[in-house]
Amino acid sequence: MKYALFLGCTIPIRGQNYEISARKVAEALGMEFVDIEEFGCCGFPVKSTDAKATTLLAARNLAFASREGLEICTLCNACTAVLSGAAKKLDNDEKLRNIINEELKEIGLEYKPGVKVRHFSRILFEDFGPEIISKTVKADMSDFSFSIHYGCHYLRPHDMYDGFDNPENPVTVEKLTEATGARVQDYKGKLECCGGAILGVDQDIALRMAGKKLGNVTSNNVDALITICPFCTIMYEDNQKKIEEVLEKEFNLPVLYYPQVLGLAMGIDPKELGFRLNKVKTKDLLQKFEDANPPETSGSNEPVTQEAIQ
Amino acid sequence: MIDSRKLDPNFKYEVGEEISGSNITRCFTCGTCTAGCPVRDIDDKYNPRKILRMIILGMREEVLSSDFIWLCSTCYTCYDRCPQGVHITDIMMALRNIAVKEGHIHPSFKEQARLVGTFGRLYEVEDFDNKKRQKMGLPPVKKQFDDVKVIIDKTRVKEFVK
Repeated sequence: MKYALFLGCTIPIRGQNYEISARKVAEALGMEFVDIEEFGCCGFPVKSTDAKATTLLAARNLAFASREGLEICTLCNACTAVLSGAAKKLDNDEKLRNIINEELKEIGLEYKPGVKVRHFSRILFEDFGPEIISKTVKADMSDFSFSIHYGCHYLRPHDMYDGFDNPENPVTVEKLTEATGARVQDYKGKLECCGGAILGVDQDIALRMAGKKLGNVTSNNVDALITICPFCTIMYEDNQKKIEEVLEKEFNLPVLYYPQVLGLAMGIDPKELGFRLNKVKTKDLLQKFEDANPPETSGSNEPVTQEAIQ
Repeated sequence: MIDSRKLDPNFKYEVGEEISGSNITRCFTCGTCTAGCPVRDIDDKYNPRKILRMIILGMREEVLSSDFIWLCSTCYTCYDRCPQGVHITDIMMALRNIAVKEGHIHPSFKEQARLVGTFGRLYEVEDFDNKKRQKMGLPPVKKQFDDVKVIIDKTRVKEFVK
């Protein structure tokens, strides 16, 4: 199982804890990530300025993957939506494909139909599934309860994602989280947007959008909010202090990337999962994990996942 | 108040041409879009039903020069729920694209266009970033992409690259 890992703009600079934990978890599951140095911006940030620029940038990235004959594995929801949307449009619209390929010719590239793009969480769900994931779990996570924020572009627009999850009642990341042995806590407003795309347009509205969700999630006393998109994390974690100021409330809610949680459950050393980069400190959470999983009883630190899968 | 002499009845078609399959003329103003909008939930200065109505009425200048067209968070909730299949989120993007052509752009998107047009990504990667990545055992990322400049030059994004 070989995939071209698409990091996008934010993850390699501001979300290395997501990247490092995703790489560790993937390795333990026997997934091979290929790094294509030429991957740049997916095109999302210029969609408002010129949709053609977005299609060109997306097609450029898709063409690099297609040259290697690889499926793209994304970590960011916005990259997922833009790359999937562009691939779908280019596959179905020959006229558009010819126009775009005419432009790409100048940089020595060609978009050939059929490039597949899937989010890492979707790949975990579809290619492994909760049952196999649960077989890779070594640690006791039963004392933990988490709430899930899917993020909009993981689910919508629905007509782009072949119905792999239900955008009005999603289950994939919840099932993947339950597979670790942790409890999942539902909450009011689960489908609502983090506001990240308008942070630069109207900070107050964006922070209040994210703050509303932080309020709903913390009212259930969960251990953390789980996200699968770097921009959602920027809203809920990096901006949590600012939101606390605006709303005059205290949340102190850890925000974890799903692969960090799965990595813990697999018995991967927390030091290798980038927790020190989490802006809302995870010291108490990791202490709780260690109390439930004392180092001497949890056996070797090597995850046993490969054998578990086979 | 609406001044009927200033209305542009072709505006809805102009928007429809900017983005194929928008289905804009199917809108019967039921308000499903506005009811489920997370931005509208916080601040009513953003109201997708009202914007669609303004487009259909032909209030071209008011819409294109407004602040509110930049407030869509692109969550696609309205797009997914619209009973008439109006691709509202795409329409908001089309409005912004037309507004940019007319010289209106929100500073935030201007800056995003500059960064992507200059560096090929949303952030300027510095040596420090790659050193940090190396320490974590992560591969370096490229600082600039010359081929991106070639394709950006064919788009309106180039206007924002200094």
